[in-house]
Amino acid sequence: MAVYERTYRRYEGELTPARSRFLILPRYAYQEVFKSKAFIAFLALCALSPLGFAIVIYLHHNLQALKAINLPLDKLVPIDATFFSIFVTAQSFLAFLLAFAVGPGLISADVRNNALPLYLSRPFSRSEYVLGKMSVLLILLSAITWIPGLLLFLLQTSLEGTSWGFEHAGLAWAILASCWEWILVLSLLTLALSAWVKWKPVARIALLAVFFVTRGFGEAVDRVLDTEWGSLVSLGKLNEIVRADLFGTPLVSIPVWTAWLALGLVALACLAMLARRVRAYEVVR
Amino acid sequence: MSTTESAVIASLPVPAAAVAVAAPAAPPIVELEGLEVKFGKRPILKGIDAALSGRCIGLLGPNGAGKTTLLHTLLGFHPPSAGTARIFGRDIRRDAQAIRGLMGYMPENDSFIAGMSGVRFVRLMAELSGLPPRQAMERAHEALFYVGLGEARYRPVGTYSLGMKQLAKLAQALAHGPRLLFLDEPTNGLDPPARERMLHLIRDIRDSGEVHVILSSHLLRDVEQCCEEVLVLKDGRLAVTCNLEEERRANRKFLELEVRSTAAAEGADGGPNGAFAAAAQELGCELAWSGKQRMKLVLPEGVEVRDLYRLAAERQVQIRRLDFKRDSLEDIFLQAMEGGHGGL
Repeated sequence: MAVYERTYRRYEGELTPARSRFLILPRYAYQEVFKSKAFIAFLALCALSPLGFAIVIYLHHNLQALKAINLPLDKLVPIDATFFSIFVTAQSFLAFLLAFAVGPGLISADVRNNALPLYLSRPFSRSEYVLGKMSVLLILLSAITWIPGLLLFLLQTSLEGTSWGFEHAGLAWAILASCWEWILVLSLLTLALSAWVKWKPVARIALLAVFFVTRGFGEAVDRVLDTEWGSLVSLGKLNEIVRADLFGTPLVSIPVWTAWLALGLVALACLAMLARRVRAYEVVR
Repeated sequence: MSTTESAVIASLPVPAAAVAVAAPAAPPIVELEGLEVKFGKRPILKGIDAALSGRCIGLLGPNGAGKTTLLHTLLGFHPPSAGTARIFGRDIRRDAQAIRGLMGYMPENDSFIAGMSGVRFVRLMAELSGLPPRQAMERAHEALFYVGLGEARYRPVGTYSLGMKQLAKLAQALAHGPRLLFLDEPTNGLDPPARERMLHLIRDIRDSGEVHVILSSHLLRDVEQCCEEVLVLKDGRLAVTCNLEEERRANRKFLELEVRSTAAAEGADGGPNGAFAAAAQELGCELAWSGKQRMKLVLPEGVEVRDLYRLAAERQVQIRRLDFKRDSLEDIFLQAMEGGHGGL
């Protein structure tokens, strides 16, 4: 209908594919998020670390450049599992900060403003809604974790030779698996807290509490009881255990399967929280 | 009340609703078959059967009657515990997603997306309904102009007044061009001019002929002004369905009179008032006294009001008041609330 006519008419045109409609949510979310210059600056900061690691890889293969800066080769960090593990650890911390900045407002604003009935009264399911909101974090966190990680791996392979890539294919898998484990747990937890706490600042505090308070509590348990099982209540510690195992640099700690199990249970609990809260209307029984 | 009066009242035309609903001319938009909804063990909707085919259907009932639950069930928010419902012939259990693609929903409570301008908000909602981004943007602008928010469309929805938020909710319900529009208490919290604007819009949407409207409200006037078919709920049960349009047509010559004799005291035969009543009945009017000087009367074909004035003058009776009367929605609603039966 033309604006000047101001009459109602039905839409008869083509529709977008239903399967990809969940991607509308991240598109709109990014338009909001990228309005903030502070956020863009932070994202640029997140790119600095991969750049630094890439320079190290480059220097390993460019003796002239090493000579120019007067740095002996043996002083450089070797390109091995530890190198990539350090990279993933650094990026995981940045991922946490990114999730802390973006995640808590994703669902809480919709719950607070009663927007869920508007989403769910359309051909758009609850799981698509959660997937859409989760995609906001999955895409952002991927951009600063496993994608630059694999790019570094490819850079090293291209400079060292394809045979290095084949020999160290396990490293690529470790980068991918450890990053995705962290991204999924972090995204689910952030969304679950965002759905349960209506106010963004409170959701942020809750997120901090989950990571830092549980870590402190876990360490206290370990020291008081002289055990390692306190790690089971610390998400950060569980992530470290899993990552160390994937990169083949195991920590002296609890069995890895218990860490995977604990992380799986956390993910399930988050899904249950989301299933409980992401509803058009809460039913009072 | 005398036996004669009772007989006459009984013979007065009943609202045509039952007849109209029993044999709807158009195919039903919404069919409810023994629809039951429970929250836990608490039954909310209790076996509702109805077939609604009006262009604008009113959903009436006191607070807690189950109006909103019925809307939510049709939207697929609550699964039926028994029975089912069909919208445009599609089962709400099996085709919930497809049905939602045909519907627009304006919720009762304040609902918006924080930090978004009106046009982005409506565009997002249209995109989620399946419109490509460009068309969604175009229709978002149009919908906002249509509801009267054209000038405010770039302002954040959070800064809108209550009336503007109601209009924004209407715009998002319309933008994707639904075939069926659910309006849950659309005039809630509106001042009189805003309420009139909203009702005008609803009538305009109805008259466009492009969309069916289900209007849930506890305000009888809103429903009466917009709807041609009404479904009244009471305690989760269907109290009444009626077709207001048929009723308006059927009761056009239903009169209420107040008469006063100008002659001496009434005789045994009822005096001039009684004589006037008898003369009116001779003309073919159906009549019932509803007090000493008040009567309800139905004019037959060919008899005009001026004939009544002539009869009254001949019998020295003054007609002090004459109202064209029909069973108002309020009457229907009150009867339904008192009786709780399934039809009038």
